[in-house]
Amino acid sequence: MRISRLSLVPSSAVPTAISAQGLRRTYGDVVAVDSLDLEVVAGEIYGFLGPNGAGKSTAVRMLCTLASATAGTASVAGYDVATEGEKVRLSIGVALQDAALDGKLTGRETLTLQGRYYGLERGSIAARIEELAPLLEMDAIDRRVSTYSGGMKRRLDLAAALMHNPEVLFLDEPTTGLDPISRAVVWEQIRRLNRDLGMTIFLTTQYLEEADALTHRVGILNEGRLVAEGTPDELKRTVGSDVVVARVAGDTEVAAAAIGQVPGISHVEVYGNEVSAATGDGASAISPVAVSLAAAGVEVTDLSIHPTTLDDVFLELTGARIEVEE
Amino acid sequence: MSSAAGLRPASAEVVRARPSGFFKDMVSVSNRALRLLPRDLEAIIPALLVPLFFLVVTIGAIQNLADQAVSGLDYKAFQLPVAIMTAVTGMSRANSLVIDISDGYFDRLLMTPINRYALLLGLMVADFTLFMVMAVPVIALGFAIGVSFGATGVLGLLVFVLFGALWGLAYTGFPYAIALRTGNPAAVNSSFLLFFPFMFLTTAWVEREVMTDWLAAITWFNPMTYALEGMRSLFAGWRGWALGRALLAIGAVGLVAQTLAFRSLRGRVRRG
Repeated sequence: MRISRLSLVPSSAVPTAISAQGLRRTYGDVVAVDSLDLEVVAGEIYGFLGPNGAGKSTAVRMLCTLASATAGTASVAGYDVATEGEKVRLSIGVALQDAALDGKLTGRETLTLQGRYYGLERGSIAARIEELAPLLEMDAIDRRVSTYSGGMKRRLDLAAALMHNPEVLFLDEPTTGLDPISRAVVWEQIRRLNRDLGMTIFLTTQYLEEADALTHRVGILNEGRLVAEGTPDELKRTVGSDVVVARVAGDTEVAAAAIGQVPGISHVEVYGNEVSAATGDGASAISPVAVSLAAAGVEVTDLSIHPTTLDDVFLELTGARIEVEE
Repeated sequence: MSSAAGLRPASAEVVRARPSGFFKDMVSVSNRALRLLPRDLEAIIPALLVPLFFLVVTIGAIQNLADQAVSGLDYKAFQLPVAIMTAVTGMSRANSLVIDISDGYFDRLLMTPINRYALLLGLMVADFTLFMVMAVPVIALGFAIGVSFGATGVLGLLVFVLFGALWGLAYTGFPYAIALRTGNPAAVNSSFLLFFPFMFLTTAWVEREVMTDWLAAITWFNPMTYALEGMRSLFAGWRGWALGRALLAIGAVGLVAQTLAFRSLRGRVRRG
């Protein structure tokens, strides 16, 4: 499988926040992450996009020193994750996929303990809790976490990860399972952290729109391998500006062949009963596509056109769509 | 929800993480465990009621027989160490540790700069405190039924409680090892099975002289025998040899159990 690396490749002038060379992790015979090469510059929001089981969380766990690599090397904030684990841990904040909170503690106790784990003094802890108030529901901060909603837990988890002002913030699927309002709050705070504090943020997501809206660069991960990397726009441009999607009742291979003959169609992909065709100008291509399908005797149940999304990029690269699991 | 102002630190000096040092790390971990103890009473109260119940029932059932079999034996005092040991053996934060593992909180701790050994020692500090507290109602019941530390006084009483707590601390290595190795609450609860040979193949109920030969022989190899005898010796006076053997027995159990626990901790940290 090819790896396309597009522009915004880190230059030597900007310090590297996260770097990995040939990172690999296996569990028995299962290869969770394979030959991962990464370079994330300081101040960047970098997103790992991929379906469940792609290896995103395993990669994050290795970079956070929580899991050791089977092979390869990695450094975070300039420290080797294998040999300088404590320095890495002092430099990072992490919110994993499942909010790792103790339901018997209150929100304030959770943050206070988190501050102590990072060596913060009492006064600094109180000040940080006030500073993190935008993420929290302060009227609930003295309630036990077990009474919090899922969204409140995720935001408390994020606040805990920020207690010590980390240089690099790892967010593993930070908005999975959140309601739209909570998701918007988290997105806004991620942008603010990056813009106001220059914090490097490494996030994993299975939401295309999240990667599109938040990240400066995206790495597309599939079956443990990085299959493409670039800005969202660059990745989309590799497919085309528009995608024509035909849902057909008959033979999709016949439909794909018919669409492929239409001038201006660059790639054709089949997924289920869908045939997707990339083109530089969807408006001009849709009528010839319809005519070609009709001429081939293909029964079309739906024919639509939409701007290229990262899902189309993923389909183009892997032949599959990202199935989002809440 | 609060208004979405920025998260920029208000203070001129940006707060940054720094290593706390081993002792502070241990205090932080034990603080959390101690803070949670009163919120975990459903686990603590039954563990306390069982030894109180058995203390009363055992004395009621066996005292007359014991008095006839061994002249001069104060069976109430004889049974008090058993009640303490029953209260503290297997009572630990291991179940909480398993919940931390399954809920991901343990991963959160592993991603902080906390010293790895402090993660376990902090819990044990909380356990030790709990053991000392759990001894109070048992001792109170002992006093209520007429047990006296007349020969060694308050210091004897303190040493008595300390030995019980040390035994409990030594034993915690087993449930912690199982918790860290398996992450399974059922497996941790099964560690209580170890309690039975420790407690029943010993001089818990009667003196060695009135046992059958085979059981009396086994008691010589059971470290709890020596812990119990050391604690019982405090009712008669200061007997260095008995106390020394008790400490050695507790130390031996602690060495084995804690080695298992810290090996399991290293294994879990390494496995990730």
